[in-house]
Amino acid sequence: MPNPLFDFPLFQPISYSYLPLPLFLSTVRAGFPSPAADFIETSLDLNQFLIKHPAATFYLRVSGDSMSGAGVYSGDILIVDRAIEAKPGQVVVAEVDGEFTVKRLTKIKGRLYLCPENPDYLPLEIKPEMSFAVWGVVTCVLHSV
Amino acid sequence: MPPVILLADANNFYASCEAALNPQLAGKPLLVLSNNDGCIVARSAAAKKLGFKMGQPLFQCLDLVKKHEVEVVSSNYPLYADMSARVMQVLARFAPQMEPYSIDEAFLALPGFSPAELDWHSKTLRDTVRRWTGITVSVGLAITKTLAKIANERAKKVPELEGVFDISAYSTEKLDELLANTEVEDVWGIGRQRGRLLRQYGYSTAYDLKYAPDGWLKKNLTITGLRTAWELRGIPCLPLELAPPPKKAIACTRSFGGSVTKLAELREAVATYSSRVAEKLREQGSVAGVIQVFIHTNHFNPREPYYANHYTMRLAQPSSFSPTLVNYAQHALEQIYRPGYRYIKAGVIVTDLSSQSAFQLGLLEGPDPWEVEGEGRLMSAVDTLNQRFGREKVRLASSGLERRWWMKQTRLSPRYTTNWQELPIAFAT
Repeated sequence: MPNPLFDFPLFQPISYSYLPLPLFLSTVRAGFPSPAADFIETSLDLNQFLIKHPAATFYLRVSGDSMSGAGVYSGDILIVDRAIEAKPGQVVVAEVDGEFTVKRLTKIKGRLYLCPENPDYLPLEIKPEMSFAVWGVVTCVLHSV
Repeated sequence: MPPVILLADANNFYASCEAALNPQLAGKPLLVLSNNDGCIVARSAAAKKLGFKMGQPLFQCLDLVKKHEVEVVSSNYPLYADMSARVMQVLARFAPQMEPYSIDEAFLALPGFSPAELDWHSKTLRDTVRRWTGITVSVGLAITKTLAKIANERAKKVPELEGVFDISAYSTEKLDELLANTEVEDVWGIGRQRGRLLRQYGYSTAYDLKYAPDGWLKKNLTITGLRTAWELRGIPCLPLELAPPPKKAIACTRSFGGSVTKLAELREAVATYSSRVAEKLREQGSVAGVIQVFIHTNHFNPREPYYANHYTMRLAQPSSFSPTLVNYAQHALEQIYRPGYRYIKAGVIVTDLSSQSAFQLGLLEGPDPWEVEGEGRLMSAVDTLNQRFGREKVRLASSGLERRWWMKQTRLSPRYTTNWQELPIAFAT
C-alpha cells in the first residue's frame, strides 16, 4: 500500500529537538585556552526536563477557570502524560460525556470524585453508570506571564 | 532457535487516530474519506457494523450517513503520521529488532522467549500501546513473517482471542488445520491475481499452497511465490528489513479538487508535484535519471471525451535540483497537453535513481562542479527552512499562488498533535 503519510513532517514532543542553554558562558580570548572548558558538563534541555515519555505525551489547551486554585488558567497549555497511571491526588484529564475535562482526581471514603479547585464549582462524583475514563495525567502547565 | 516474529497491526488506524483525540467519537460510527473527499478509506468498528464498505464513494451512501448520524472526516495525514510515529516508538520498546512495515504495522523479532513469556509480553505490548497512544493493535506471533500475518488476521477477526494469537508453537497438524481454513488470496504476497492462477490449478487454500511442488511454484510464481510457500512451511525466508532499502522510483500523483482545463493550472500542479518529488529524492540522498509526467480526464464520465497520456524524458544529468526537474516536467507536460479536455489528475514519477554521491559526470556535457555544489547548497537551505517553518514555506513561484486545482478537504479535523493553534480542549468548567 502506498504510504501518503511519509509526505508529512512529524511534530510531537521530541527529545532531540532542543534549545540548549549552556550552563555557563566564558568569553574566548585568542591564544588562551579557556580554563573552564574541561568543566562544562552539559546544557539544559527543557523537553528532556518536562517530558518523560515522548510517545505518550500530548498537549491540550485549557478552557475555563475551575482549576485556578491549582494554578491552571484558561488558555494555558497542559502537558499530559498518558504513560503515568493516575492516582488520587493527581490533576488529570478525564473523558466525561464526550468531553475532555481537567480536574483533580480525589478519593473520599472509597468514592472517586473529579474536584475543581475554585469555590464557584462543585465536585463531580464518578458513578459506575457514567461514561468516564482517565485519559492522562497532567504533569505540567505552561502559563505565559 | 530462530526468533519468534510478532506482527503488530493497528485496528482501523485512521479512524482510531481521530477518536483518540476526540472523545465525542468514542464508540461512534466514523468514516474517513480519501483525497478530495471521494471514497471511504477507513471506518470505525461501529461504521463497519452499519455496512459501509471500504472504497465506497461517499455519494452512494449519503442516506445511511444521515440516518445513523455518522461522522465523516477528510484524511488528516499530519495527525495519522504523528500517531504512527508514536505507536512505532512504543512498539520499539518491546523488541531488540523492529521493521516498521507500513503506517500502521510493524514486525518485531523476539529471540529466546518461552511461550508463556510471549503471551505476557504480547499482552503488555498491546496494553501499553493502547494506554500510551489510544490506538489498539492486534498481535500475531509465528516463526515466519508470512505465518505471523495469518495469525494477525485471526487475532483481528476472532473476538475471543482478545487481540493476540500465537501460532509459533503450533504442531504441524494444528497449523495445517488453520492453513486449510485460510483462502489462498489472503496469504501475504499472493493477492487476487496470483490467487486466480493458483485456483486454476486447484490450490485454493494456504494449506494447498504450502504443499505445492517447488518446481511448479518457481515456474509459475517465480522465486517470490516459492519463498511464500517455504514461509508457510515454517522456514524463514524474509528477514526483518531493519533499514529499508532506498526506493527505486518516487512518485507524486494527485487528483485535483475539481476538473482543470487550462495549461497554466496544469503547469502549476506539475511544478508542485515535481518539486515534491525532488524533495523526496534529496531526503534519501538520490538523484533521478528519468522523469515521467502523466495527465488524464475522468474515464468514469461517459458524457465527456476521455483522454490520457504520458511523456517520459531522460535527464542530461541525473539531478535532484527542484528547478531542473520542474523544467523537464513542464516540457513533458507541453508534449501531452491537449486543449478542450477536463483533466482530473496529474502525476510526476522519477526512476533510474542513483546515489547522490556516486552519480557519474557526463564526459562531454559534464556540469560545472561548482554549479552542482551551489545547487546542492541552495536546496539544502530550502529543505532546512521548510523543515523548520512548515511544508512549502519556501517554494518555486511556478507551483502557483492561488492553486485553485488543489485537492478538496472540506471535512478536516483539527491537527491536534501537530499545530499549536489546534490543540484539543480540556474543559475546566
